[in-house]
Amino acid sequence: MPSLKDVKMKIVGVGKTKQITKAMNMVASAKLRGAQSRIESFRPYAAKYHDVLAELSSKVEGNAHPLLAEHETKQNCAIILITSDRGLCGSFNGNIISQALKLAKEKTTEGMTVKFSCVGRKGRDAVKQAGYEIVTAFADRMGSIDFSLASSVAQELIHGYETLSFDEVWLIYGEFVSMAQQPPKTLCLLPLKTPEADENASPTETGPHCEYVYEPREEQLLAELLPRYVNVQVYRGLLDTSASEHAARMAAMDNATRNCNDLINSLTLLYNKTRQASITSELIDIVGGAEALNG
Amino acid sequence: MSTLQLEVVTPDKTVVSSQVEMAICPGVAGEFGVLPNHVSILSALKVGDLRYRADGKDEHVFISGGFADMNNNVLSILAESAEKANDIDEARAQAAKDRAEKRLAEKNDQIDATRANAALQRALVRLQVAKF
Repeated sequence: MPSLKDVKMKIVGVGKTKQITKAMNMVASAKLRGAQSRIESFRPYAAKYHDVLAELSSKVEGNAHPLLAEHETKQNCAIILITSDRGLCGSFNGNIISQALKLAKEKTTEGMTVKFSCVGRKGRDAVKQAGYEIVTAFADRMGSIDFSLASSVAQELIHGYETLSFDEVWLIYGEFVSMAQQPPKTLCLLPLKTPEADENASPTETGPHCEYVYEPREEQLLAELLPRYVNVQVYRGLLDTSASEHAARMAAMDNATRNCNDLINSLTLLYNKTRQASITSELIDIVGGAEALNG
Repeated sequence: MSTLQLEVVTPDKTVVSSQVEMAICPGVAGEFGVLPNHVSILSALKVGDLRYRADGKDEHVFISGGFADMNNNVLSILAESAEKANDIDEARAQAAKDRAEKRLAEKNDQIDATRANAALQRALVRLQVAKF
């Protein structure tokens, strides 16, 4: 039987933990709101970019740009891994990392050398431990993501793809589906698949669909648009991962707070039981003593 | 008077979304004006000043390069960053200009020079646009 004092101490300790998890939950929910509004404000840009590129790519041939062309021999593969910097968000990072390592293993068995580019400390540490080569790593940047971060992540890999030092580039991040779902998402970034024109949109489109004037020529425009499209996709990955991280942390902290409550309840029960037991034993002592005196 | 819809969007926000009477874009092959019901055009833009007239007033927007897409009387400008003339932080642009000039003065390898040049260009145009 634990002593009364021990149980009391434990209740106080769990209570303090609960305060922390509750605060973290609230911080995460505030940050999630920010991240979600950034996704919202990015959406018009991404949608418009998608339209423009779909329109343009339907006009030019498939292999008009080095980023579209598939390399014949595949030896080197790069994986962009986007995770969070901090833990305490359930299995969120673990899921992304295990997906990435699975892909890396697959590519290795196909005979490719796999290299990583990591955003987020958790991913970087895991990749380092698994023994893969890291090309670039950006740690402690998930708190302040902006478009230039996405560009600098993508730039090196785009350059690598054009100079044939990479033959495939993959992107793995935590997709933000809903508050309850943040599955890891794997996306083949290069060779680039141009977006198809949205089939649902075309029949409803009104107005004359006349020929476009392109300035400069289509191929040159494509050369400008495609690398930036890669940036757009990386940026989307960053935004999604950031929102997912906060959603995952909210859920994890909510769970933790609930567990703390359960623990406090059962400890209080234990405390009361112990207290009663000690009172009972004291009473028995007193009664026993009185009996002896009377005896 | 007929108008066209102008949308200036960046990854972070929609900077302008309004009906305008005309717009002048800094295209890579030179500036071009867009009036209502312009033919569909897709053009790359360089760092520069986007001008438009709404309700008889001229407005200026700084554009850090990007694309202009005119279709169905909607002109969409896609830029990595865009700021209206009165939102430009002049002190910051001035600091960026000084920094870029300093970097250009020191002799470094090629990549740094091109980056500094681009930064200088942006800062100069920002300062210029901010004057309007």
